Amino acid sequence: MIISIASGKGGTGKTTVAVNLAVSLNEKVQLLDCDVEEPNAHVFLHPGIDHRETVTVAVPEIDRSRCTLCGECSNLCQFKAIAVIPDTSILTFPEMCHSCSGCWTVCPENAISKGARDVGILESGHSNGVVFIHGRLRVGEAMAPPLIKQVRRKAEPGILTIIDAPPGTSCPVISSIRDTDVVLLVTEPTPFGLHDLKLAHAAVISLGIPAGLIVNRVGIGDDAVFGYAETADLPVLMEIPFDRRVAEAYAKGQLIVDAFPEYRKQFQALYRNVVDLAADHRAPAHLENRQVLSA
Amino acid sequence: MNEIIVISGKGGTGKTSLVAAFAKLAENKVLCDADVDAADLHLITAPVIQEQHDFQSGHTAVIAADRCTGCGICRDPCQFDAISEDYVVDPTACEGCSVCVHFCPEKAVDFPLNSCGQWFVSDTRFGPMVHARLGIAEENSGKLVSLVRQQARRLAEEQGLSLILTEGPPGVGCPVIAAIGGATGVLLVTEPTVSGIHDMQRVVELAAHFHVPVMISINKWDLNPEMTSKIEDYARKSGLFLAGNIPFDQIFTQAMVQGQTIFEYNHGSEAGDAVQSVWENILVRLSEVVSH
Repeated sequence: MIISIASGKGGTGKTTVAVNLAVSLNEKVQLLDCDVEEPNAHVFLHPGIDHRETVTVAVPEIDRSRCTLCGECSNLCQFKAIAVIPDTSILTFPEMCHSCSGCWTVCPENAISKGARDVGILESGHSNGVVFIHGRLRVGEAMAPPLIKQVRRKAEPGILTIIDAPPGTSCPVISSIRDTDVVLLVTEPTPFGLHDLKLAHAAVISLGIPAGLIVNRVGIGDDAVFGYAETADLPVLMEIPFDRRVAEAYAKGQLIVDAFPEYRKQFQALYRNVVDLAADHRAPAHLENRQVLSA
Repeated sequence: MNEIIVISGKGGTGKTSLVAAFAKLAENKVLCDADVDAADLHLITAPVIQEQHDFQSGHTAVIAADRCTGCGICRDPCQFDAISEDYVVDPTACEGCSVCVHFCPEKAVDFPLNSCGQWFVSDTRFGPMVHARLGIAEENSGKLVSLVRQQARRLAEEQGLSLILTEGPPGVGCPVIAAIGGATGVLLVTEPTVSGIHDMQRVVELAAHFHVPVMISINKWDLNPEMTSKIEDYARKSGLFLAGNIPFDQIFTQAMVQGQTIFEYNHGSEAGDAVQSVWENILVRLSEVVSH
């Protein structure tokens, strides 16, 4: 099973949920930190890193002795990554390239080969029995999705996987949560939290993935997120009350389950809720039967 | 004209509440919400929309079933695994590269322009505001960020306003790069947590890459005074301007629930005094930056 953790609004507690859930479970689990722009899971888990690689994407490299400046490549490129100045020269802008393969496939002279652009590094290792993989986007690199996809490709298939997604609702989030079994949306009970939750929930619905809600810092703000959860049929799987001591433990880089061991059971209960949610989604007939029985 | 961008690296450090508070203090300015992916500033500023425009950018491939012969030529070159075995394009996977459009022998792939969202020019009780809404699961957020910044600049020029106060997105990727290039200065709002300091250092590196001067404000500084000192030491060593710290105060959330800035919600709070002092320091620093 693959559980992804997303939020819309940043700073609501995605990483807190991801790392504490991972260390609370009694089965083999891997944690993928897909927030490659600002990865944070490692500052709580302190994994021993045993593998590191540079991740690159393919970009065009022009063999100017073959190029006839015909312009087929720049006509095809949708990303302004190649410009041909007629009868004069050809320029490439590798930072704009989406690695679509169009230019080197279309070139009639075989004058374009695949070069490489560094997008960041991928590191993997272990922490307290948790398999850990994350990406760190090269500062200055604009595109996070290729690195996110590479982090996901590195995951060991068949074992329980927890994905810490970036905030927002656009392409890096979609790359992180697509093809996962359940999305846990983490919010806080405030107008900003609710507004961004609605956006994130809409994104999850568009991908057809079942979602559950975790409300963090219950007690600050207002109750509107609970009203939304009810009308939107978004089950609340866990509530974490606001507690300044939890915030202070977080500030120091402590796991909640280490600072307050009673939380371990709650994260285990969260996992059981997630398993049920995924099972209900896979077998809607089972759900209908259950409703019939309970009626 | 000065343009200050408020960013954080890490989300949830209090960017929006601070920008709203600055909006109350600043004069002769245009507000700009460049966090187009999850925009929240409008929840405080309550904009009255004066102009609404569609944001169109990029294309998505659509295979016309009646013209498709199922030859399979399109699936192989697609680098984004966006075409299913029964020749349906997944719009959330398609990057709009046009490779399938080009190579389809039957010309069966349509390539419509995407409507990715809307952008708005509005009136608020703090003055004019430019903001946007990116469509759900859409791409091109960097282009929309650039667009709202351009429009804010145009508005400031037309109305003779001297300042653009912009809220930026979290992270260090494409929307942040689009948000900070060419700005007069960046205010980096961080928090004294291990993640806050980690993320701040990456944004500082990014701002240096684009030669934008950085000012730092530590929000919720009293959550961990030791970490706050570490951040201050780091900032001094890196030659970054310290604009002042703000204490942890639930007044920010309480004001947000009422749709107010902290100054409208409560006159004379300790947090409010701290925010006012940060803003005054920013203005002094901006004038120094400009005069150099």
